[in-house]
Amino acid sequence: MVGLVVVSHSHTAATGIAEVAAEMAGETNIEPVGGDGDGGIGTVPDDIEAALAVADDGDGVVVLVDLGSAVMNAEVAIELSDIEAVIADAPVLEGAVNAAVAATGPDATLEAVRDQAEAARDVDKL
Amino acid sequence: MSPDSDAEAAVTAVENVAERIEAERERLTDLDSAIGDADHGGNMARGWQAAAEAVADLEDPDIETVVKTAGKTLLSEVGGASGPLYGGSLVFASAELTDGLTAESAVAFAETYLEKVQDRGDARVGDKTMVDALVPAVHTFKKSVETDDLPPLDALAKAVAAAERGVAFTVPIRASKGRASYLGWRSVGHQDPGATSTLYVMEELLATATAHLDREAPSADASSPTVPDAEASEE
Repeated sequence: MVGLVVVSHSHTAATGIAEVAAEMAGETNIEPVGGDGDGGIGTVPDDIEAALAVADDGDGVVVLVDLGSAVMNAEVAIELSDIEAVIADAPVLEGAVNAAVAATGPDATLEAVRDQAEAARDVDKL
Repeated sequence: MSPDSDAEAAVTAVENVAERIEAERERLTDLDSAIGDADHGGNMARGWQAAAEAVADLEDPDIETVVKTAGKTLLSEVGGASGPLYGGSLVFASAELTDGLTAESAVAFAETYLEKVQDRGDARVGDKTMVDALVPAVHTFKKSVETDDLPPLDALAKAVAAAERGVAFTVPIRASKGRASYLGWRSVGHQDPGATSTLYVMEELLATATAHLDREAPSADASSPTVPDAEASEE
């Protein structure tokens, strides 16, 4: 099954987003990661790389990211990792929920899950 | 020059950069206070200090390992965008040094580094970022080595001069990338901190290379640089 990694500058935010998405997602493996490693705000590529390894069960990982350097650090982590992973260009919470649902499909592919995450960009709230 | 001595010079270069960045910490912080979040000096000083310690601990490394280790350490220790931009690009470009340091591999390293910074940061010349120092420096270095046939040290010196002009160029322009871009016209008149730290790193590379080559071959003349030229290093 395609796994998910949620990257936020705040570890608390990443954990919370993963919790919300998990409500919708059945068995999907959702790994939260974030913070600067010292309790502060930030992202660390090594931590993201480790999260990719946890989330992957062989079918690859879709990565949801919040802002700015989270994107760059996720890119670096993917480059350093052997795991097949792609970043979704999507709002992090809505994208994670969409992706979590999509990943539960029996034939879900990495591309399909990313596409579903990115479809969250077009959802109006009002 | 043996590969080991290249690695040794690379370790010294990282130590020199760490010292220089520490000395310029306040300056970088001041520049970043004007148009950013005032953390560039502290982040860079912490990252390079950790990198200097990490490369000093390597046992009998080659130059690729030294550069890669420095990059990986910067990745984990420097926060914000400077971590992936500096560290990630060093890790990636270090692969160009697998066969050691030559004028040719130095050009390849510089080009790959620049490419990675530009891809990752999606910035061009004129956006008021480190790219404004890097692009003229790398292009000058490449041209000096490949077209003008200058010895590597002279080529590096010209590249540093080009980076310096690039830093000056960031002062009057308006930022369109990174946090400074939120300031719009208010960013005009301020020197870019990332371009400035890039210049400091390059100046220390030049100083280290100069001292290194002097020590390695005190009798070498300008026409036979101790870094092997393209011909001598042809695979």
